[in-house]
Amino acid sequence: MPLIGAKRWLLLGIAIAVAASYFSSQFNRYYLGVVIDVGIAIILATSLNLINGHTGQFSLGHAGFMAVGGFFSACVSLHSGGMIDAFWYFPAVLIAGGLLSAGVGLLVGVPSLRLRGDYLAIVTLGFGEIIRVVAQNTEAIGAASGLKGIPKLTNLGWTFGFAAITIYAISSLVNSTYGRAFIAVHDDEIAAESNGVDTTRTKVTAFVTGAFFAGIAGGLYAHHKQFLSPTGFDWLKSIDIVVMVILGGMGRTVGVIAAAILLTLMPEFLREFSEYRMIIYAMLIILLMLLRPAGLFAINLKRRKQS
Amino acid sequence: MSVPLLELDKVTIQFGGLTAVSELSLVIGDGELMGLIGPNGAGKTTAFNLITGVYQPTAGAIRFAGKDTAGTKPNRLAGYGIARTFQNIRLFRSLSVLDNIRVAARLHNGEGYFSALWRGKGWQHAEAETEKNALELLEIFKLAQFRDELAVSLPYGDQRRLEIVRALATRPRLLLLDEPAAGMNPSEKDDLMRLIRFVKERYQLAVLLVEHDMKVVMGICERIAVLEYGVKIAEGSPKDIQVHPKVIEAYLGASAV
Repeated sequence: MPLIGAKRWLLLGIAIAVAASYFSSQFNRYYLGVVIDVGIAIILATSLNLINGHTGQFSLGHAGFMAVGGFFSACVSLHSGGMIDAFWYFPAVLIAGGLLSAGVGLLVGVPSLRLRGDYLAIVTLGFGEIIRVVAQNTEAIGAASGLKGIPKLTNLGWTFGFAAITIYAISSLVNSTYGRAFIAVHDDEIAAESNGVDTTRTKVTAFVTGAFFAGIAGGLYAHHKQFLSPTGFDWLKSIDIVVMVILGGMGRTVGVIAAAILLTLMPEFLREFSEYRMIIYAMLIILLMLLRPAGLFAINLKRRKQS
Repeated sequence: MSVPLLELDKVTIQFGGLTAVSELSLVIGDGELMGLIGPNGAGKTTAFNLITGVYQPTAGAIRFAGKDTAGTKPNRLAGYGIARTFQNIRLFRSLSVLDNIRVAARLHNGEGYFSALWRGKGWQHAEAETEKNALELLEIFKLAQFRDELAVSLPYGDQRRLEIVRALATRPRLLLLDEPAAGMNPSEKDDLMRLIRFVKERYQLAVLLVEHDMKVVMGICERIAVLEYGVKIAEGSPKDIQVHPKVIEAYLGASAV
């Protein structure tokens, strides 16, 4: 049964990530950095896909959750002294950052997800900006100049290990009787409700789960770049992630992963044109809406296959 | 007399200045097949939305199996045993036929967030059970061959049927059907009538049917209530209703009487 195989794929993914990490010292540092960027983008896009794609709630605050996890774990690392050398330290601080981010997600989500339609987009956009402004004005986390000298703890193994967990968790959820409610809410809230689905609860669950993984991605990002600036988490960063989800085809995990890879690599290849990145994004989306409205990587499956 | 399955006690709902349903009293017993008819805008669908908890009554009380349902959300009421279909079909369009049923069967699956992540033995068992029950339902209603098709790709009549099957997957005691014959041709209507009778007998549930098609209503309902401008103007057996002067007046105008 494909359902049971899922956990095996997860273990395989983690094993490959750890093995690759073991040899990573032999890779070109620049390429290694880009590959880690890709891994982080995969976590962000896959987790946002649960909210925007599968559950159909348009959130524009993913960078905000990333910032919460990133600043939290960076601060902890800067004040933990020798403890950071312990093997368990990094996953523990990442998960703690994720949980904090999930808690913030709960606070934002509970009131705003009662509303239908575009309100969530507005609320989450505002939330992201609030996080950024707060970070910019809080001395304890470096204010406008940001946090410097964060220890380099992110490597291939942790990044892709967590990416594998994210993909596993989200596809497990949506391919279960429990999690099919996300898709039901996306398709028709009224019908979902009349068939026993608690729609508000379902939306909050998706939102909090997404926030959790965004927090982890933020922690990985902080310990990868070793420098955090509040301006790095502005709404454009959220838009970047939203574009990955749209380009990949809302609610299609494989497509979203492919789009995350593509959109992370593309700016690297287009370094000279980096000023025009947002224009390219806009044109990509317009072209996409015209040519492939179901997403660039949408395969014409009769149904969602068990992944 | 024991407690009726569903009891509406002088239920009134106002939207601003408009009274959509006024002091409506209805009683439906276990296993009864009741029809609710009335001209366009009479408040039939509003009555449905009141029973299923979509709207809260301005005044009056609704009791399901003796329990007051005021303030209970639709999803809770579905758990108590009230299921419905919609006037304009509302299937989950990105889910397969089987998955549409499985969403409704979720009420009886019992597995939660973390067990869906962990996928242990208990979860696998519950998942297999849910799938088996869903397939059984599809089998009974001859939809099993479409199990992996997108629900919205089915022909119209089958979509209607699937919506009823989905409602059955919540294991209701009361099934509300909102214009199930809308847009159907005569032979589909005959099938539908057979289907409704079959469902009622097999699952021992009460059915409340809103329908414009008089042939369907008169053909299967045991009792009929007639609404006009939110007020119940008549109630009785199909025979009584057909000759009831107020009903004829409501449908055909005063001069027809």
